[in-house]
Amino acid sequence: MRYLPLTDADRRDMLASIGVASIEALFADVPEAARHPGLLDLPRAMGELEVERRLAAMAAKNLNAGAAPCFLGGGAYRHHVPAAVDHLIQRGEFLTSYTPYQPELAQGTLQYLFEFQTQVALLTGMEVANASLYDGATSCAEAVAMAHRVTRRNRTVLSGGLHPQYRAVCETYGQFAGVELLAQDAAPGGGEDLAALIDGETACVVVQNPDFWGEIRDYSALAERCHAAGALLVVVVTEMLSLGLILPPGEMGADIVAAEGQSFGNALNFGGPYLGLFASREKFVRQMPGRLVGQTIDAEGARGWVLTLATREQHIRREKATSNICTNSGLCALAFTIHLALLGEAGLGRLARLNHATAVAAAERLAAIPGVALVNERFFNEFTVRLPSPAAPIVEALAAQGILAGVPVSRLYPGRVELADLLLVAATEMVMPQDIDCLAAALQEVLR
Amino acid sequence: MSPPTISGNRGLQIEEPLLFEQDSPGHCGVDLPEPEPFRERLGGLERRGPIGLPGLSEPQIVRHFTRLSQKNYAIDSGLYPLGSCTMKHNPRLNEKLARLPGFADLHPLQPVASVQGALELIDMTAHWLKVLTGMPAIAMSPAAGAHGELCGIMAIRAALEARGDRRLRLLVPESAHGTNPATAATCGYAVEAIPANSRGRVDLAALKAQLDGGVAALMLTNPNTCGLFEDEILEIAAAVHGAGAFFYCDGANFNALVGRVRPGDLGIDALHMNLHKTFSTPHGGGGPGSGPVALAAELAPYAPVPWIVHGKDGFALVEHAEAPAAHSIGRLKGFHGQIGMFVRALAYMMSHGSDGLRQIAEDAVLNANYLRARLSDVLTLSFPGACMHEVLFDDGFLKDTGVTTLDFAKALIDEGFHPMTMYFPLVVHGALLIEPTESESKASLDQFIAVLRGLAERAQSIKTGAGDAAHFRAAPSLTPRRRLDETEAARHPVLRWRPTPLQQQAAE
Repeated sequence: MRYLPLTDADRRDMLASIGVASIEALFADVPEAARHPGLLDLPRAMGELEVERRLAAMAAKNLNAGAAPCFLGGGAYRHHVPAAVDHLIQRGEFLTSYTPYQPELAQGTLQYLFEFQTQVALLTGMEVANASLYDGATSCAEAVAMAHRVTRRNRTVLSGGLHPQYRAVCETYGQFAGVELLAQDAAPGGGEDLAALIDGETACVVVQNPDFWGEIRDYSALAERCHAAGALLVVVVTEMLSLGLILPPGEMGADIVAAEGQSFGNALNFGGPYLGLFASREKFVRQMPGRLVGQTIDAEGARGWVLTLATREQHIRREKATSNICTNSGLCALAFTIHLALLGEAGLGRLARLNHATAVAAAERLAAIPGVALVNERFFNEFTVRLPSPAAPIVEALAAQGILAGVPVSRLYPGRVELADLLLVAATEMVMPQDIDCLAAALQEVLR
Repeated sequence: MSPPTISGNRGLQIEEPLLFEQDSPGHCGVDLPEPEPFRERLGGLERRGPIGLPGLSEPQIVRHFTRLSQKNYAIDSGLYPLGSCTMKHNPRLNEKLARLPGFADLHPLQPVASVQGALELIDMTAHWLKVLTGMPAIAMSPAAGAHGELCGIMAIRAALEARGDRRLRLLVPESAHGTNPATAATCGYAVEAIPANSRGRVDLAALKAQLDGGVAALMLTNPNTCGLFEDEILEIAAAVHGAGAFFYCDGANFNALVGRVRPGDLGIDALHMNLHKTFSTPHGGGGPGSGPVALAAELAPYAPVPWIVHGKDGFALVEHAEAPAAHSIGRLKGFHGQIGMFVRALAYMMSHGSDGLRQIAEDAVLNANYLRARLSDVLTLSFPGACMHEVLFDDGFLKDTGVTTLDFAKALIDEGFHPMTMYFPLVVHGALLIEPTESESKASLDQFIAVLRGLAERAQSIKTGAGDAAHFRAAPSLTPRRRLDETEAARHPVLRWRPTPLQQQAAE
């Protein structure tokens, strides 16, 4: 077997050194009844070519987004990842290293995480950021838990503009932790009064920007209302590229930002692995979940980096830790860091403007189709349209023609008749003018 | 000692400033066009000032990250014997396959008819894991081991509550990973430690005394973090079930068992596996991981959504915690799980097959026992007898030398090895937990043994006045940085780069 270096002669020699007659002797502590005697009912070992053939055949059964005009968003966005990103993250020194527990052997990982934390803090307009969590949805749930620790209150208000899967994860995480959630109903086009729900029991209000429907909102007034009541404002961002163009949560008064970082450097990957971002105010840092990298000096006074404030974490604090998270999304964070480094200030602005311009063109084109109405006033690279009939069958019909038309809201809100006609449409820099023509023509045809 | 170099570099060790210290304002590593003029729809909510990101060209970026990579140790560069971390070879075939556009370029919310191959991939990965665990259901969405613990313990709590059984305590051995008690607390349980016996295993009599109607579950790692198989596990399972509680197993150490021992045959009700340990998906400097959870039939209805079902039109996804998933604990993360990791793990399992997977467990156990046999006379073995895939020593052999476990580990760095896990588990003093994995050749192990023996002898020579503890305390001296001051880092946290006042002024 190509991955196993021991030879049969090695095995014999080693058993002799150990002083046992056979490998069975080393499994003697396993109860006889639980020792599976033969091979399990699975295929035998395969060569590289055979494995490649089988998995490639599985991959070929899918319609990959690159082979179709793609307008899907809803928390995962298809962007161009520069070739250097994937090359660099596959360097074995990054790919095959462990969590940097021995800092002298991991200055590479620690330095890029320090750069990552800085980038996230700058983009969100926050003071500090951690070294990543699993994904945006779990970051959101961790933000709620942190707000409860900081305020010692147990009620959280969730906006109806929050991604429904993020809401669902908050519900799952909160169900056994004494978290009371006041989740507002889906609110396409706005109209919810979150400030009215804040009282002396409110730990935090969770909003999203741009919200699930793509609408850009100003939460500055809400932040003031939260702070006046001693509550925190948590702002969720599912499309981090938007922060290249729009006002960041930190400038609206956010206390915690929980975000999905997939847009930078990471492929769609059918939903994972993704990259949870988590930023907050410096004064709350000891209540933050996850790993933090800090600057320090070595024995000769040279600058270096280490994991720090570990007294928040499970391996030190055990049941009193701020979170149970251990392994997070290190390599996805590296991809994010490299992509954002390549873009820089100038490239990020241009990429964000390109996305916005493409989405505006798509929105104008679709809204011109009879029976199609744009729901949004302000948006970045994603918007919601109301169709004259349920969106799901239309999306399926267009997929059969090789067009990925967007996310029917019913996929995330099943059984809600009043939302069934809504379609989320994202248009990134990957969408070309002819893709918009293609979608518009096909949609017009299917609606006729 | 040669004089310091003019550059501060030392041969292949090249100093590299932060990205933010290399800014050429306006520079960019990606060529993008400006869009044609258009009527923007931001409604006055645009950014008001610069973000502060540095501008660099592609060659500068490539060099920056290449230099950073060269400051890392990795399994690609050498033996990485971190106990309980299973740092095994990461096959590159897996990387290639995970990047096939038919997997990597799929959006999670595409119509299911357009992603049948991806759903088949998830389903087949689950099938392999079911056969390997001997358990009937697998929750695929957890993102890492600790996330899998959350999944399993929540399912247990939901199952107990569904039968109207309100229990408040979880039993966790003192030797457990920190994630276990942290998970228990997140699920609203009080944690009660159970003691170990003199053989490094759960004290069965003490466990029985603690088991009553208030205990929701036992969380046990097997093989445990002392590298030992819990040889009374069938009695433990019977006692736990007899008290109406569930048996959760932390499967971080599944590498010792894969293909040979099925957790389902040990009476386990829920078990997470770390695909980034046993199934070779890369650790990536701290993730991403993947932590599928095997569940007994009684817990399966409480699994998190989404899950896959076989319908008349092929595979379908159950995505919401309502019928037919009305008992589900809900959703644990966005979308469907760590699909990219499933591709890698499945490629790994198929490559090995039923025969190769069994050989993994055997070689991993053989390698650890070979280290045990060859080192027990110079290091202090914590518990006598055969170990499983990792071997635990403590700092007894360093007594009266002035050398600590930390010093000993740092000296190993200068010898070109990543240290073992230090000071864990907490049940022995100054623990040194060594897990070689099946990826090491005998020659590699022999070299490691020679180095450990040499260092142990060097430490012993201090007692006779021949050696010097200072050599150990000063280690490492051949790395890009000497020993780093972790106390200072925590006392005055600097968690991000900030511009100097002068740079700030220039930016404004």
